Amino acid sequence: MDNFYIDNPDLKFHLNHPLMKKIVALKERDFADKEKFDYAPLDFEDAMDSYDKVLEIVGDICANVVAPNAESVDAEGPQLVNGEVIYAKGTQENLDALVKAGLMGITLPREYNGLNFSVVPYTMAADMVSRADASFVNVWGLQDCAETIHEFADADQKNEYLTRVSGGETMAMDLTEPDAGSDLQAVQLKATFNESDGKWYLNGVKRFITNGDGHISLVLARSEEGTHDGRGLSMFIYDRNSGGVSVRRIEHKLGIIGSPTCELVFKNAPAELVGQRKLGLIKYVMSLMNGARLGIAAQSVGVAEAAYREGLEYAREREQFGKSIIKFPAVYEMLSKSKAKLDAIRSLLYETARFVDVYKAYDHISKDRTLEKEERQEMKHYQKLADIYTPLVKGISSEVCNTMAYDSLQIHGGSGFMKDYPIERIYRDARITSIYEGTTQLQVVAAIRGVTTGGYMKQIREYEMADIKPELHTYRRVLIQMTEEYEEAVERVTSFNENEFVDFHARRMVEMAGNIIMGYLLVLDTNRDSKYWRSLEVFLKIARAENKANAEVIRYSNVNDLGRFKVE
Amino acid sequence: MKGLKIIVLAKQVPDTRNVGKDAMKADGTVNRAALPAIFNPEDLNALEQALQLKDKFPGSSVSLLTMGPGRAAEIIREGLYRGADNGYLLTDRAFAGADTLATSYALSCAIKKIKDYDVIIAGRQAIDGDTAQVGPQVAEKLGLPQVTYAEDVLETKKKSIVIKRRLENGVETVECPLPCVITVNASAAECRPRNAKALMKFKHARTATERQDASEDYIDMTSERPYLDLPELSVNDIEVDVAQLGLSGSPTKVKKIENVVFQAKESKVLTPSDNDMDELMKELISNHTLG
Repeated sequence: MDNFYIDNPDLKFHLNHPLMKKIVALKERDFADKEKFDYAPLDFEDAMDSYDKVLEIVGDICANVVAPNAESVDAEGPQLVNGEVIYAKGTQENLDALVKAGLMGITLPREYNGLNFSVVPYTMAADMVSRADASFVNVWGLQDCAETIHEFADADQKNEYLTRVSGGETMAMDLTEPDAGSDLQAVQLKATFNESDGKWYLNGVKRFITNGDGHISLVLARSEEGTHDGRGLSMFIYDRNSGGVSVRRIEHKLGIIGSPTCELVFKNAPAELVGQRKLGLIKYVMSLMNGARLGIAAQSVGVAEAAYREGLEYAREREQFGKSIIKFPAVYEMLSKSKAKLDAIRSLLYETARFVDVYKAYDHISKDRTLEKEERQEMKHYQKLADIYTPLVKGISSEVCNTMAYDSLQIHGGSGFMKDYPIERIYRDARITSIYEGTTQLQVVAAIRGVTTGGYMKQIREYEMADIKPELHTYRRVLIQMTEEYEEAVERVTSFNENEFVDFHARRMVEMAGNIIMGYLLVLDTNRDSKYWRSLEVFLKIARAENKANAEVIRYSNVNDLGRFKVE
Repeated sequence: MKGLKIIVLAKQVPDTRNVGKDAMKADGTVNRAALPAIFNPEDLNALEQALQLKDKFPGSSVSLLTMGPGRAAEIIREGLYRGADNGYLLTDRAFAGADTLATSYALSCAIKKIKDYDVIIAGRQAIDGDTAQVGPQVAEKLGLPQVTYAEDVLETKKKSIVIKRRLENGVETVECPLPCVITVNASAAECRPRNAKALMKFKHARTATERQDASEDYIDMTSERPYLDLPELSVNDIEVDVAQLGLSGSPTKVKKIENVVFQAKESKVLTPSDNDMDELMKELISNHTLG
């Protein structure tokens, strides 16, 4: 029987990373839950065994339910009936299967009926679901939003909503509006407090809302009358059972057609305030978006995996000039490059997930007891890393995913352009990953802090000092050269003391840092398992050249370029 | 309506759906080592029907009963992961070599021992033997009415159950008094997936024999968590006439095994034209392959 977990040993490899020992210990807090819950792990090995076995369930459902439904879901799409969203038949089947398997609320604590899994296995589940059907991960994966309720809502809200998410209810995050896309400070949806019944009411329009008709929505709204910026925005929970929101239309899209993208009209919709007023955008949306960005990175890796497999299979089977086309350098190069990049973005994805895991686990512990000084420092350390790695992995993996889908379709030739092979759907689905939850350009805006504050550099030094086998030293030398080149480039760009000049070269520098980081991650992966050797070699060949190209642009650039490139 | 007590009969079978070259040994017996052992597919359909009844009538319980060697405990765990409440492994050397008659005799004795039940549900047939005899024979031995080829339970009343049967030429709805035996077709609802929490709860469940096996890596918590003990039933645990068990209780004798190799004798090349398609259809209709 097909299984997306078993047929992809890279997942298990990343699951068994040495840092998991720390993560599980923090997440399970001395395994105290074993006294209260019959499904809680007894010790580290037991927890890891549970992760492994549950991921096998996910892999089974992905291979045998979600993937076979993907084509019909894409053809059918969701329908709008009387202001409500009806999922495509396959989407509903997928959801039913995952709910029955108890795969909602994966990261939520057991007191809310969750599985209390760490972010790493949850991300792996998202990786597999995305490989099976990128559109469906948007429905199922929005359970992510529950983390924001978990972090910031009050006890009653947590009891009510988190338990419902674990029970299978879906979520949505209602942020975007017609005039507030990348710039969320412009959100206008109005929240009014009614003194007589002590409730908040929402009025206005939201647009491009994924799974907008979900059971539980987090809504960003303007609670402070007369304000115009982010400081006037608060976060609310809207419960679909309360009514007051109708779906005006479902967008017709290029890809991820199974995912209902809704325009919502709020008419006196009752809602509950989350946390404190005015912190909606500044604090809560930032947390929400970070979770969502990691989710899109997982989606990108999953779609890239699907693209690679389709390309590989086709190249092996298709014969031209009397042999399989995979025998031609022009074709096998596309595949080996794809595989190397796929291994690189997956490694970056799980590195980021681990950073998020450690930081979040400490954050939750800190709500129950004061952290020791060392714990506090460690939490800060991982939080910083999570903050600079999240936009990096989202930006890079989504771009790689697009390139890989492009190459895989290219390998298919004319057949790839037809509806006969899954690659045309994968190609269309890939396109959104570098756009939503912040475009690549916006990820660069967030990631550039990791360049200018030296955050990436610090971590690169950590990797550089790692104990590795002698036969890997040669690759480290390449990476050290690339690091010197990167430092020079950053030095040059910042030496002009001109913010626009930094912005102008930001993507180049972020990409350079990303390549060095992914290069080191592949060195460390190869150190643990020599099967990554090939990907390491191929990746470094490509990455070194890419960095050199970016470095050359920077070397011959000065502030006059701002004038040369400006288009008005 | 009160909860139902349901027994599901399940069998661990070699996966004959993906048979390779080494599936049979030279002596004509099944090479079990070459074929993965799985939950008999139609028994999973049976389990799903039982779980649906349980969903519908809170307070119901689903018990699995399987006969086989020690490793068949895997089937019980698999059932527990999908929502069954407990299970019994009927295992003893005395059962070895049983044909359908001896198997149904052993199962019916075990069911008499378990005693308390409203419905017994089994798959129509196992993919290794394909006899479809065990379910009906169990019903006969227990003196219970039986409904075979069941596809769906339409209604459950106080003293009877309404079932849709899938027959060769259509469907049939029958009402049958309880308790009864139902055998379920592959056309029935597919079994639900394993449930994450149930899996984590029951993954350490072992039979006493498995616990003794030092090569097994397990954590014994059966004293605090009795549900982790999978009860084994041996000949000594059930009231049984040993002569009717195993090989001695099996009138079926394998006389000879013939290897049948399918070969295409003749082939015909058709061009993808309307005319050729038309000719082919006419030929198939005239030789009664179609219609």
